[in-house]
Amino acid sequence: MSKLAAQIKDTAASVRTKIQRRSKPTLAFPLRSLSNVNYHPKQGFFQLKGKKKVRTLTVGTVKTFAQTLRMMSQAKTLVEDDEIMTKREAYYVSKNWQDARFDEQPESDTVIDDIEALFQVNREQLGFIPEEKGGEVAGKLVVIDRDSDTGKQLRIDCTKFGSGAYSIPISIEHLKFEAKAKFVLAIETAGMFQRLVKHNYWRKANCILISMGGVPTRACRRFIRRLADELKLPVYAFVDCDPYGMFNIYRTLKVGSGNAAHINRYFCVPQATFLGVTPQDIVDYKLPTHPLKEVDIKRAKDAIKNDPFVQHYKAWQDSIRQLLEMGVRAEQQAFAVHDLNYVIEHYLPEKLAAPKKFLP
Amino acid sequence: MSVSRHVAMPSGPTPTYDEGAKFMGKAGKKLVKSKTKAARKVKKKRGVTKKAEPELAKATRDEAEKLARKPAEETPAKKAVPHHSTAEEMASRQREISVAEFFTKNRHLLGFDNPRKALLTTIKEGVDNSLDACEEAGILPEVMVVITPGKEEDRFRVTIEDNGPGILKKQIPRIFAKLLYGSKFHRLKMSRGQQGIGISAAGMYGQLTTGKPISIISKISHNKPAHHYELEIDTKRNEPRIIVDETVDWPVQRGTKVEIELEAKFQKGRQSVEEYLEQTAIANPHVLLHFVTPDGETKTYSRASQELPVETREIKPHPYGVELGVLIKMLHETKARTLQSFLHSEFSRISTQVARMICEKAKISERSSPTRIARQEADNLFKAINQTRIMNPRTDCLSPIGEELILAGLKKQIEADFYTSVTRPPSVYRGNPFQIEAGLAYGGSLQADGLARVLRYANRVPLLYQQSACAMTRSVLNTAWRNYALSQSAGALPSGPLVIIVHMASVWVPFTSESKEAVAHYPEIIKEVRLALQECGRRLAVFIRRRRKAAESQRKKDYIQQYIPHIAIALREMLELSERQETTIVKQLTDLLERSHS
Repeated sequence: MSKLAAQIKDTAASVRTKIQRRSKPTLAFPLRSLSNVNYHPKQGFFQLKGKKKVRTLTVGTVKTFAQTLRMMSQAKTLVEDDEIMTKREAYYVSKNWQDARFDEQPESDTVIDDIEALFQVNREQLGFIPEEKGGEVAGKLVVIDRDSDTGKQLRIDCTKFGSGAYSIPISIEHLKFEAKAKFVLAIETAGMFQRLVKHNYWRKANCILISMGGVPTRACRRFIRRLADELKLPVYAFVDCDPYGMFNIYRTLKVGSGNAAHINRYFCVPQATFLGVTPQDIVDYKLPTHPLKEVDIKRAKDAIKNDPFVQHYKAWQDSIRQLLEMGVRAEQQAFAVHDLNYVIEHYLPEKLAAPKKFLP
Repeated sequence: MSVSRHVAMPSGPTPTYDEGAKFMGKAGKKLVKSKTKAARKVKKKRGVTKKAEPELAKATRDEAEKLARKPAEETPAKKAVPHHSTAEEMASRQREISVAEFFTKNRHLLGFDNPRKALLTTIKEGVDNSLDACEEAGILPEVMVVITPGKEEDRFRVTIEDNGPGILKKQIPRIFAKLLYGSKFHRLKMSRGQQGIGISAAGMYGQLTTGKPISIISKISHNKPAHHYELEIDTKRNEPRIIVDETVDWPVQRGTKVEIELEAKFQKGRQSVEEYLEQTAIANPHVLLHFVTPDGETKTYSRASQELPVETREIKPHPYGVELGVLIKMLHETKARTLQSFLHSEFSRISTQVARMICEKAKISERSSPTRIARQEADNLFKAINQTRIMNPRTDCLSPIGEELILAGLKKQIEADFYTSVTRPPSVYRGNPFQIEAGLAYGGSLQADGLARVLRYANRVPLLYQQSACAMTRSVLNTAWRNYALSQSAGALPSGPLVIIVHMASVWVPFTSESKEAVAHYPEIIKEVRLALQECGRRLAVFIRRRRKAAESQRKKDYIQQYIPHIAIALREMLELSERQETTIVKQLTDLLERSHS
C-alpha cells in the first residue's frame, strides 16, 4: 500500500474511532487563503502559517462530511489502482451517491481541494486531474518522454514544431529535459506567443518560449519550475500591464496562490522575474492605454493591503501606486502601435539588455 | 336614573320586546330641539304609556319647555315676504319633525345605507331582539332566519322566528311600529339592544321600499291564542297603524315570528348575513340557529352549550359616568327629598357618608331639596362628585361569555389546530363597568397566507362594519404580534392562519355611531383589549414555538438519516469493514447526531 493510501486509511480509522467513542468526528483542514500564508524570499513561495479549519460532524455539516469521506474513498481507490480521473469525471461518479451526490461541479472541486489540503499533496497525486490545458512550448528545448505503450524513450525537439508548439501534458513528473537556451520567456497571451514563434524569436534570443494562456495551470508552473531548477535557467514573465497580469498571473507563477498554499512548494517558480510590461514601460514606450476598470483598482488596492508578496517588495508597491496614479492599463500587444514587430526588434532586446528595470 | 324608569310591562315575567330604544339619547335630543310639538307629544305619550317612555321626555324636557311658549305650529302659514323674513315668518316654516320622518331621511344612521346592508341590519335587529328576550325569560334560544326571494329581483321577504316568551298583544303595535319605544334605553343593564330603534326601523325601511306592512305573530303561552298583526308606521306621527289584527292558529308553545318584506340584495362573503350568523354562533354557543337562504339551502348552527348566560343585574349609574345635563335632569326628576338621599338612592357606590362628603365639597346643605338646586349649584355638585373618591361600580352586572364557552364557540365554527381564550377581570370607563374577552384560533383549515381575521363583538353581537374605526381593531393593530411568533408588517394586522375574536361586555357600550358598528376609543378599553390579546398571544407563541421545534427536529432527523449512511459506506470502503460493522456505524452516528442540538 502506498504511503498516501495508508494516510487516507489512518484518517478514516480516526473518524471511526471517534464515532465508536460516541464523540463527534472531526477533520482538520489547513485554511486556504492569503491570510494564512507567509512569504519568505529565501524559500521563495507562499507557505502555510498553520491556521486550520476544523470540520466537526454536526447536523449542519453532515452532508459535506459524507461527501468528503466518499471522495476520500474514491481517492484511495485511484491511488491503489494507479488510475486517474478528471475533476469532471469525479463529479459524474458522485451521481451514484444518491442523496450525497454533487449538484454542480464547483462543489465537488472544493471537496477535492479540501482532501488535497488535508493530506498536503497535490490532487494529481490523488489521481484527480484537471481538464485544463497545461500551456505551450517552442524554442530550444528537448523534452524526453516515454511512449506509453512501449516504454521507449521519445525525444521531442521543441524547435521542430514549425508554426505550432509542444503542448505541456497534465502530468510532467516523468519528463526529462535537455536545453542550451539562455532563459525561459513565459508569455501571457497566445497571440503574443504566436507572433514570437512565427518570427522564430527563440532562435534570435536563444530561449524557450512558453505560452501560459492566462493564469498558468499547475502543470505549466511545475514544468517551468523544473526547467528553472534542472537547467538553471532564469525565467522572465512577459504579461499585460494590469493588476490581473501582475498578481493573478505573475505572482501565482512565482510564489503560488493562497488557495493552493499547501502545494505551492512544487508549483511555483521562485526564479521568475517580471520583465514587463511595467508601468514605467507605458511611459517609456508611449503605449496606448485603457483606463483601469473598477475591478482592477480593487485588485490593486487589495494587493497592497493583503498580499504578503507585494508587502515584501517595495518595488512592487511603488509600481502599483504608479499604475493607480496613471489610472491606466496596457496590453502586451500594444507595442503594435509602433510596428507589428516592434516588440521583437526593440522592446524585448532593450529590456533584456537592462535587467535592472525588471520587477522582482 | 331610577328603577322606575324601566319600561313597565303590564304583567308578570313578560320580558321586553324592545323596539324603541336603540337610538341614543343624543339623537333624540337633537330631534326635538326647536319643536314644541315634539315636547307635547312626548308628554302625551307619557300619559298613554305611563312609565314606558318618560325618558325621552325627560331627556329633552329642558329644551322642550323653553320652547313651549313658542307657538310654532299655530302660526298661520303666510306667504314669504321677498326679502327679509320676520320672526313670525320664520316661525311659519318651523315645524315639528317626527322621529320617524327624521329616520326616513337619515336611514344610514341606523344601518340602512344600501340594500345589502339593509338586509343584514334587518336580520341583525330581529335576531338580537329574539336572543335578548329569550335570555331574559330564561329560555334556551332557538332562532330561525328565512330569506325568501320576492317577486321582483331586488325584493326579499325576511322571516325571523324564535321560541321566546312572546309579546303581550297590546304591546305588539308599539314595539314593532313606533320608533324609540322600548325597555332597554333607560336602564343600565347588559343587553344586545341598548338604544331602542332596531326592529321598528327595519319595519319602516321595508314599508318605505316595498309599501308592505310588517307582519308579526306572537304567542305567550300554549293555552293562549296567537295574535297576528300587520302594522304600518305612521311616519308623521310616529304611531302604529294597524292593518290586520287577528287571532290565528300557530302550533308552537310560544314565540314570536316577524316578517318584513324589503328592498335588499343578498350576497355571500364578507359582511354577509351568513357571516353575521356564523359569528353570532361563535359568541353565543347556547343558541341554536337555522338559516334558509334565498336558494332554499338550509344551514344549522348547532348548540355547543346548554347553559344560558348568567342573567345580568341592572345597576344604577355610577357618578363618574354622569354628565352635568343628566345630573340636572335627575335632580329634577328624583323622588328623594334631600340631596343626600338623592345621591345615595339614585347612584351606585354612594353611601350616606360619601354623599355627605360630596355635599360638603359642593358647599350645599345635604338637606336641601334636589329639585330646587339651581343651575349654579348643580355645577358645584357635579365638580364635587368628580373630586370625591368613589368606589368603582360593581361588576356583577356583567355577563361575559366565559373562557370555556368562547373556546366551545370557536371550536364549533372554526376548524383550527389551536384555540385559546381569555376573560379579563371587569374594569371601568367613565363610570361604566365593562369586561373584555379575547380568543384566538390558529392553524388547521384557516388560510395560511394573508392577514388574520378579526371578529369583534359588543354584548355578544358581532360588529361587521367599520372595522378600522373601532377601538378593538386599534388594540389588535397595536399589539406586537411579532413577540408571539407571528409575522406582522408595521401598522397592519398580523398575518397567518389566525382568527382573533374580541368581545366587550358592558352595561353601556360606547359606540361611535347610532348604527352600532365601532367602539369608541376609550383608553381603558384599548388597554384591556391589549392585555387580553397579549395573554392569548403568549399562549399562542408557546404553541407555535413548540410546533416549530417539533417540525425542526423532524426535519433534522430526516436530514441526518439522509447522509449518515454515506459516511458509513465511505468508512466501510476505506477500512474494508463488514456490513455489520457498517450498520453499527450508522446506528452510533444516528444516536450521536440526534442527541446533539446543532
